[in-house]
Amino acid sequence: MDATVTTGTEESVWGGGNQPLGASYGKMMMWFFIVSDALTFSGFLVSYGFSRFKFIETWPIADEVFTHVPFFHGNYPMYYVAFMTFILIMSSVTMVLAVDAGHKMIQKKVVLYMFLTIIGGAIFVGSQAWEWATFIKGDHGALETKGGRILQFVNAETGERASLADFSKTLPEERVKHESSQGVWFEKEGYKTSFSLNEVVEGFKATPNILIRTETINDEGHKTVLTREESLAKLKDAVMVVEGANLIHNEYGSRLFADFFFFITGFHGFHVFSGVVINVIIFFNVILGTYERRGHYEMVEKVGLYWHFVDLVWVFVFTFFYLV
Amino acid sequence: MAHEHKLEIFRGTLKFKSNVQKIWGVLIFLSIVTAVEVALGITKPRVLTHNFFLGMKLLNWIFIILTLVKAYYIAWDFMHLRDEKTALRRSIVWTPIFLVCYLIFILLFEADYIYNVYKDGFMAWNF
Repeated sequence: MDATVTTGTEESVWGGGNQPLGASYGKMMMWFFIVSDALTFSGFLVSYGFSRFKFIETWPIADEVFTHVPFFHGNYPMYYVAFMTFILIMSSVTMVLAVDAGHKMIQKKVVLYMFLTIIGGAIFVGSQAWEWATFIKGDHGALETKGGRILQFVNAETGERASLADFSKTLPEERVKHESSQGVWFEKEGYKTSFSLNEVVEGFKATPNILIRTETINDEGHKTVLTREESLAKLKDAVMVVEGANLIHNEYGSRLFADFFFFITGFHGFHVFSGVVINVIIFFNVILGTYERRGHYEMVEKVGLYWHFVDLVWVFVFTFFYLV
Repeated sequence: MAHEHKLEIFRGTLKFKSNVQKIWGVLIFLSIVTAVEVALGITKPRVLTHNFFLGMKLLNWIFIILTLVKAYYIAWDFMHLRDEKTALRRSIVWTPIFLVCYLIFILLFEADYIYNVYKDGFMAWNF
């Protein structure tokens, strides 16, 4: 029988060195990583969806949270995030162009396009840091009730949001920020708000054109604004003043929103940051001519895959955090 | 590594002369899609926010579909899955899609159940 006969074709099949999927080992491993990382991000985004569906009637409206653009005053929902999205897509494009130049073995072009990619990534990370800072600093300020819900304020005449500073009274009272060195317990306050609860309450009572806006979303898709009587009744539930957002308190509404914002955009920002670092390493390798000597630019292609993946994730984060 | 590039998008309706040209073409397409998303997000047309399909606003359906369209072009043209072997492409794409659909189904149903418990059960949380 010819079962034991070794022919030339069989040797090339079983002799090793085959690439049945037409991808090299390194590229294959990059794809493994990307698929598993995609599942990690899906887990985060779906758990965001879980929390949102749980509190579907009271979830913050993203348009009202992210309204700032650097160097501009006023209400510009989404423009800055759209700009960030565009920057990231643009840097993805320069990355593909770098990969394409690599295939053609044009070192100078690879250097140029890698450089532009790194700049794009840096702008994106910077923008994200700015967005975090704005989010943490807060906008109008709010009150928190015993149950941890948020009460915001609107001007009854204009319908615009009212800041605490617009109506709060300055009372002759003094409150000192609590430091851990002065307490029985090793606890300290994170920050001291610009107005005390009493000042906000008194100011509210003295200003008849201010109303309370609750977290509940009505049929029109807006947050419910209470009448003056309801507002005064609701004010009794307030226990503290909140300015800005952190992991425990969030003036924009549900604290879970802030938690997920920090976690998901933070994790994505970390990916962008590490992508920039890896791009810088490859950039210097290209300049030094490492891949020119190696004879191919596959390494650029591999980091390119990672970089596009970061862009891909942002497309989903953008949709589920800012649009939907 | 496939050195041959497939230069057609939109199922062959649009054919580019070179890979570089295709990249710019895809960029223009993605930018248009993003611009449409942002415009819809800012204007929020009433027709789209007050009509529902399968319990979700039409506007949100549009956002999610456009996102998947963008994801398709990023993966197919930027991550050049279009030029890879079919087996590699399918194992990369369908594995996460299957798992994520399962995850979405199970978690969102659970969340909706908890929402109803909070709403109808004897539990106060909004005070």
